[in-house]
Amino acid sequence: MTSMSASPSSSRQRHLSDRAILNLFIWPTLFLLIAMNIFPLFYSLYLSFTDYSAIAGKIPVWIGVENFRNILNDEQLWQYFSTTGRYALLSVGLQTVLGFGMAMLVREKFRGSGLLTTLILVPMMLSPVVVGLFWKLMYTPTFGYFNYLLGFDNPGLGPDFLASSWARKPVPGLALWAVVLVDVWMWTPFVMLLVLSGLKAIPDYLYEAAVIDRASSWFQFWRITLPQVAPLLLIAILFRTIEAIKSFDLVMGMTGGGPGVQTELIAVNLYRQAFLGQFRTGPASALAYIILVIIIAISNLYIRYLNQIRGEG
Amino acid sequence: MSKKIVFASMLILVLAISACGPQAAPTQQPPAATEPPAAGGVKELNILWAQWDPADYLQQIGNMYEQETGIKVNVVQEPWGTFGDRFFTEMAAKGDAWDMVVGDSQWLGQGATQGHYVDLTDFMVSNGIADSVTEATLTYYGEYPTGSGKYYAFPTEGDADGWAYRKDLFEDPDEMAAFEAEYGYPLAVPETYDQLMDIAKFFTRPDDGLYGVAIYTQKDYDAITMGVENTMFSWGASWQDDKNNVMGVVNSPEAIDAVQFYRDLYECCQAPGLSNAFFTETNDALISGQAVMIMNYFAFFPALVNEATNPHAANTGFFANPAGPNGSRSAALGGQGMSIISYISPERQEAAKDFIKWFAQENIQAEWAKLGGYTCNKNVLQTDEFLNATPFNPAFAETMGFVKDFWNIPIYSELLEVTQRELSAFIVEGQGTAEETMNTIAEEHDKILTENGFKE
Repeated sequence: MTSMSASPSSSRQRHLSDRAILNLFIWPTLFLLIAMNIFPLFYSLYLSFTDYSAIAGKIPVWIGVENFRNILNDEQLWQYFSTTGRYALLSVGLQTVLGFGMAMLVREKFRGSGLLTTLILVPMMLSPVVVGLFWKLMYTPTFGYFNYLLGFDNPGLGPDFLASSWARKPVPGLALWAVVLVDVWMWTPFVMLLVLSGLKAIPDYLYEAAVIDRASSWFQFWRITLPQVAPLLLIAILFRTIEAIKSFDLVMGMTGGGPGVQTELIAVNLYRQAFLGQFRTGPASALAYIILVIIIAISNLYIRYLNQIRGEG
Repeated sequence: MSKKIVFASMLILVLAISACGPQAAPTQQPPAATEPPAAGGVKELNILWAQWDPADYLQQIGNMYEQETGIKVNVVQEPWGTFGDRFFTEMAAKGDAWDMVVGDSQWLGQGATQGHYVDLTDFMVSNGIADSVTEATLTYYGEYPTGSGKYYAFPTEGDADGWAYRKDLFEDPDEMAAFEAEYGYPLAVPETYDQLMDIAKFFTRPDDGLYGVAIYTQKDYDAITMGVENTMFSWGASWQDDKNNVMGVVNSPEAIDAVQFYRDLYECCQAPGLSNAFFTETNDALISGQAVMIMNYFAFFPALVNEATNPHAANTGFFANPAGPNGSRSAALGGQGMSIISYISPERQEAAKDFIKWFAQENIQAEWAKLGGYTCNKNVLQTDEFLNATPFNPAFAETMGFVKDFWNIPIYSELLEVTQRELSAFIVEGQGTAEETMNTIAEEHDKILTENGFKE
């Protein structure tokens, strides 16, 4: 009754204009975006050109590109970049092959396939730090499962993965492989999930036509399955590559970057410079930007290739 | 519309950058009052410390203070992993969230030179507090720069590395006879590092799942450096000389021999799987029956005398670091000192001093020790009550007389990163030689110290 008796002008006043609604939605979001993303991005870019420590209580001193020059001339940092590259290559490579294989296996419906797929996905739902600490225990030569399953009863004669030794003799690279294995265990299901969704989207008539043309299974895989799944597979590889380059928590939980510098990934070293008592904010910002540029460059290569595939498709 | 949004965004961005930029630190300390202001108005004091048992004991001491004075004391506990980050970020903002901090000994340089800590020299000397604690703890927990006679912290929680061992194995007649037959002297608590090596080798029996030692190897922060320091200092080596020279000091023959000894001990006798071990892992090695002797800070020994956590509790003994080849003994320092934050009001600073003065009294330090705190008071350390309170207190009291620390200058963490990396590479990974390792550390330390103006 009240609303019916209200005049047309008061009704208009109660309603917000389209422009007001637009502003109401845009501005808070924009403000948060600027405060949380844009400002830190630009501010850290500025800090990367300064000599500055977040705890020193002194204003940043502009030093131009010196931080970048120091980083690019630091052999130790290049070694960390190289370790990160090897880690990313090994872990993403294995995840791609295994993820694709597992997706092909669970692609067909069978009794319990839904449950099996869900179980396979469990590792990627866990916290990387928790996964790292659990695997650290499992790798322990004395009471860990891993050596036991490999058949090494005597801890003095078997591998000590995280110490990078076998029968107490150094085996360079073993610790990195141990961390790669855990990353593969954790993230292969992610690749499998994306590939599986790609596989399920392939129309059946393509395979039916191939069968009529007497195409072999290999031909069907090579000319139908792989090209159809490739865009999603590339997205999975892209995500995993970015994550591998940024990898920190798993390594920190398992090895702390050791022994020596065997598992010192660039993100671990970045953390060491930015925190852990050092607070070298200027150089750490510069290193973070170099990592960002590398990730953007790699992403661009992937995206270009992805677009190329889509164009052909 | 889009142009306006872009313009407005840029405007906000510019304003935010200019508003949030760091402010220059005042070059002067807060003005000192000519007359100490009365602390009567202060009703509450906040102390920041790491989250562990001693902080609970300090809270109980604080409760006693509240009963006596009516001033409430809150011990704010922060997990170890974020303790330093939280403290220094608050200090960078010149925050007054806490009146005092029980800070790490290595923070002294930053606290003193960056103006976070109040200079307590006059207060500690005039009230006799400086004389009440052992010389070594006053130097390493309170003094900056070392040897200057200027104090910034009251030595609160003394701590250092020591050893726990399996008494039942040491006192087993068969083991004793076998050891004496093999090495020509009786099996007992080692008095020298050579004896410690013999005992470690004797008990290393992989077929029985038994190993001689569990020593620090962790690379994450400072563990392997602290572990190696025990041997380095006992070999007569150091990280620097009086003029902060490191070349020829860090890579002296004594330092090289000490590092080689640590590597040999790790290689022959370390329980497997302890390639990244710190206090939890070494304690666990003794509890699980894998290691016969373990290195650890005294602060973590209470878990080993608790039968609920250690099945060998009744058979666990403790000893202080043995002597090096020339007979000198030394132990890597842990522990913390209590400092007053300079950004609180003068009234609160006076109230904080009143608390420290009360806390430093011998009877209160005895209470602190009784609760489980590791007092640095030299008289309390020698009382029978303290020495008999726990099985490890005699070793602790002995150790507090020969502790030594890593660098505590503001750039200590840069120096630490080098030692952690190089020592882990040589000791755990087996890369290079002891001489190459110490030469690299010396060269890099020299470069860092020179670049930062700590030596010419």
